[in-house]
Amino acid sequence: MADWMLNRRVLPWLVTLGAFLMWEGVVRTFQIKTFILPAPSLVATTLVAQWEPILQHSLQTLMTTLVGLALAIGFGVLLGLAVGASEKIYAGLYPLMVAFNSIPKVALVPILVIWFGIGTVPAILTAFLISFFPIVVNIATGLATVEPELNDLMRSLGANRLTVLRKVGLPRTLPYFFAALKVAVTLAFVGSVISETVAANAGVGYMMMVAGSRFEVPLVFAGLVVVGAMGIVLYQAFEWLERRLTFWAVRG
Amino acid sequence: MSEGFIELDNATLCYARSETPAVVDISLTVPSGGSVALVGPSGCGKSSVLRLIAGLETATGGRVTVGGAAPGASRGAVGVAFQKSTMLDWRTVLDNVLLPLEVVSGPTGFRARRAEYRQRALALLERLGLGEYAHRYPWEMSGGMQQRASLCRALIHEPDLLLLDEPFAALDAFTREDLWGLVQSIWRERRPTTVLVTHDLREAVYLADTVYVFSKGPGRIVHREDIALPRPRTVEGTFDADFVEYVQRLRGHIVEVRETVETRNTEEPAHG
Repeated sequence: MADWMLNRRVLPWLVTLGAFLMWEGVVRTFQIKTFILPAPSLVATTLVAQWEPILQHSLQTLMTTLVGLALAIGFGVLLGLAVGASEKIYAGLYPLMVAFNSIPKVALVPILVIWFGIGTVPAILTAFLISFFPIVVNIATGLATVEPELNDLMRSLGANRLTVLRKVGLPRTLPYFFAALKVAVTLAFVGSVISETVAANAGVGYMMMVAGSRFEVPLVFAGLVVVGAMGIVLYQAFEWLERRLTFWAVRG
Repeated sequence: MSEGFIELDNATLCYARSETPAVVDISLTVPSGGSVALVGPSGCGKSSVLRLIAGLETATGGRVTVGGAAPGASRGAVGVAFQKSTMLDWRTVLDNVLLPLEVVSGPTGFRARRAEYRQRALALLERLGLGEYAHRYPWEMSGGMQQRASLCRALIHEPDLLLLDEPFAALDAFTREDLWGLVQSIWRERRPTTVLVTHDLREAVYLADTVYVFSKGPGRIVHREDIALPRPRTVEGTFDADFVEYVQRLRGHIVEVRETVETRNTEEPAHG
């Protein structure tokens, strides 16, 4: 087996398995009580035994996360283009955006609940709010760092701004966009689960909250495992897309 | 056209953020199909003159016309190549070369003539020795190859005006001399009006009909030298006595320009 195959395909599983084994070992050795830290084997049996409600709540979380992320992509790309293309917009808007991004999003959930009620909408909006900033910053950076010679080349050919954006700006920004996307997708899960924990009646966050209040700690951990797994899958999906679309930026 | 194709009449350019002008009172005329070179110490504003002619900057004083109109007025009339090859890394070499045609003919016009344009681009790539690299990516090629591709891109839309901003400066001596020969033969075939900015006096004398020597910035033209050497010129010919004499004479002017500057301005050493 080639070295890279070992690294890419086998190592992640080995390390994950090792971590779970260590966790299991610690729990057994020190006889830690289940309601403090359940063993991974118990978490696994819980996952199997209660798969139906877990699946339902997971799908809800997946949906709110993806819708929030989609909004963040749409809004973030547009705003990023505006900020990257115009120095005026950059100067005017950037401080406000930085200030907004410094606000802990969990503090916004109660306000969202007042506006939209308990449920799906606050979760989607929290996922959106937490994940759009890295997209804006990266798109803007990608656009702003286009080599001046490329702009000169296009202008000397008589290209208008839209053509320059389409032929140079957007493709040049794609690697930055994917870098942002990989950060944004994990943040979006943070946003939706936080919101579900505070104010929802469905989703993994809600499930964990309820399970915790009943001391069903293995179910709480099952929820964590599921969120982590969904994060990995989506991250991998974007990475696959990135490798296909921006191979030229990696150069072998 | 009895007048020059490119006419600069006391053109001055002062960038918005700078107090001192980049170039002052530049007057020069390039006949249609002619070839001139601009030489001078670093930072003397040679490239600024090129930008004026390309229509990338507007003269803050005086007048600049290209083909009787304001520079940059007619779409696709200019081909440019820079010191950096500025290839688009996400496009194959062929698609990089096709870029000017895409911009000039617009999406629908380009689609209608795509097959013809591809043939034209492939033929030009073949001509510049890049035939087998057409479907590779720019970053898979050496600097010299990228610069060849950059020349293809400057020539593909058969512009009336070819602007070369130190396109060979980063290449090794042998590659550079190869490319001089290529540029000369294409110029002799198509006769685009050519303006070359360079540090290399041999390059200037090899390629140009007329060489203008610039002073240290703010740049002024301090000397004009007509090169009355027969064409085609060859690399071997650059060691002939009459060729060397031109180079020596130009060198003398540049040394003079640099000395007058360095007595005035000692903190920034001029090179070139």
